[in-house]
Amino acid sequence: MTQAEAHDGYNFAYLDEHTKRMIRRALLKAVAIPGYQVPFGSREMPLPYGWGTGGIQVTAAVIGRADVLKVIDQGADDTTNAVNIRSFFRKVTGVATTERTREATLIQTRHRIPETPLSEGQIMVFQVPIPEPLRWLEPRETETRSMHALREYGVMHVKLYEDIVRHGRIATTYDYPVIVNGHYLMRPSPIPKFDNPKLHRSPALMLFGAGREKRVYAVPPDTDVRSLDFDDHPFAIERWDAPCALCGATDAYLDEIIIDDKGERMYVCSDTEYCNDRQQAGHHGTQGGAPRA
Amino acid sequence: MYVAVKGGERAIAQSVDLVARARRGDPAVPELSVEQIRQQMRLAVARVMTEGSLYDEDLAALAIKQAAGDLVEAIFLLRAYRTTLKRLGDSVPLDTANMRLERRISSAFKDLPGGQVLGPTYDYTQRLLDFALMADAAVTEDPAAEASAGPIVAPRVTDLLAGEGLLETSARAEGDPDPSDLTREPLQLPADRATRLQNLARGDEGYLLALGYSTQRGYGTTHPFAAEIRFGAVALELFIDELGFAVKIGEVDLTECQLITDFEGSAEAAPQFTRGYGLAFGHSERKAMAMALVDRALRAGEFGEDTDLPANNEEFVLAHSDNVEASGFVQHLKLPHYVDFQTNLELLRRLRAQWDASNAGATGDEEPAA
Repeated sequence: MTQAEAHDGYNFAYLDEHTKRMIRRALLKAVAIPGYQVPFGSREMPLPYGWGTGGIQVTAAVIGRADVLKVIDQGADDTTNAVNIRSFFRKVTGVATTERTREATLIQTRHRIPETPLSEGQIMVFQVPIPEPLRWLEPRETETRSMHALREYGVMHVKLYEDIVRHGRIATTYDYPVIVNGHYLMRPSPIPKFDNPKLHRSPALMLFGAGREKRVYAVPPDTDVRSLDFDDHPFAIERWDAPCALCGATDAYLDEIIIDDKGERMYVCSDTEYCNDRQQAGHHGTQGGAPRA
Repeated sequence: MYVAVKGGERAIAQSVDLVARARRGDPAVPELSVEQIRQQMRLAVARVMTEGSLYDEDLAALAIKQAAGDLVEAIFLLRAYRTTLKRLGDSVPLDTANMRLERRISSAFKDLPGGQVLGPTYDYTQRLLDFALMADAAVTEDPAAEASAGPIVAPRVTDLLAGEGLLETSARAEGDPDPSDLTREPLQLPADRATRLQNLARGDEGYLLALGYSTQRGYGTTHPFAAEIRFGAVALELFIDELGFAVKIGEVDLTECQLITDFEGSAEAAPQFTRGYGLAFGHSERKAMAMALVDRALRAGEFGEDTDLPANNEEFVLAHSDNVEASGFVQHLKLPHYVDFQTNLELLRRLRAQWDASNAGATGDEEPAA
């Protein structure tokens, strides 16, 4: 954990208290209606739209001085955007930050859910580019709102069915649509479908923020989250033929890395903290396993 | 052996340093002052204030300097600052009829009360590069010395037409609620006209220009006249409860454009001219005119006109007008996407293997042509 001093001249966590309260009200509504997209008065943030402003506003609205914050992008703590968002919160809150999933009370993420299982009391904050799961099927917001109200999700099933007819399999691999609490169709944000099962009855609170699209939504702890599928084409997650080259994990999401100009490649955990932990615990892959400092 | 990319923090710090140096350019050349930008790049300042939704010439000039002249980046800087500001109150509605005019033209009437006032405009300049400006300019004589006598205030052309009953009125209805504030509330659709105008006022000039242009080229059905374009200073007044009256707290420079389009009438509405309205901070004629075209295009439904063209589509127009949103989302493609890319790569490999297998079967039997 690293402790930092808060920045002078701005309110704690950048947003003023009225704005935070407005966002928290929207979040309460979101928690009360799992999977429902709640419009909120999204603000301009000092980071660009599309770079996590929704997640940042949600984090800013719920963070307290005692929180311990972890920020990841693509599963890694050290990608530039994660570094930038973490340093933003260090600057404007002074709260402790960590790379350890177990230590964190608040985890802001883009595109992944950590491999380390989450626990009660933890909050995951997802950065969401496009909150509407029906958007590619129906561009009109006025139309999709009534489709949700009527649970008119046939088009999504048809889309998945057409995938099977054309390709023999469902061709959606990330941002895979889920039904939350038996009602709302929801985009889990662009996490790989590998992470979808982690949403189901998670003990942690899952909050989703879309800044540019001005929506928040939520999956409260212990809520049913079902990935759409068919009886004869059940939902399945990605599997790799090889284990992680660094830590030997076979249960983690792996990134493919090209290691020379002949296109030679290796697979390593996308969750850097999980991979380091395993290496420190003595696990090795084919490429050794000195902890990545 | 692969080593995960570490040191993002250091790389960011270096990059911040590099961009500061790139902005400054050759240190042997004197640095631009914010005041120079404010005075000598007034049209850039006006655009940044308009789309940044903040009337502050100094901060807009600072943003332009900090953004190295990238106006969309400057608008973003100003917006991010603006969002932290407290609201002190709402002004009394601005009265543009009492504008102290620096420029006012009407293309609908040859002459009119107050006259045609060209003022500062590039309209009738010949677009020849003025190489004299390349030399370090000597101080020219004070233009104020030959400024015209006294301020000009003249009624709006649209008020003259409305007097005759030939123009739709736009009086504020009794009990009309305060307009919603798009910087505080999310855009909800369908949107009322006040909300649409707010969205367009903040909207990207280039985007509105293209949409407005499309309505003139057949992707629209309106044929407007520029009833009036006026630019000048308007008093900003705040109603003080303790005093019981409004107090002038300052002035803002505004460009207002009213385009009028004839409407042949219907069973309920008499034949009359209808309005498209544009308003922008500072001297921003292109923006105000484009905005007025798009405003009118979005009203097509009200007058029973076709509504199936891009500029008539409220959701399409309003949802994509904001350049801070658009710029951020387009450029977010620079962020790492390798987790999702991996899933696509896997899928594509499988589909490709499948395709290769079935196509090899289909073409394998064929004899190559002799």
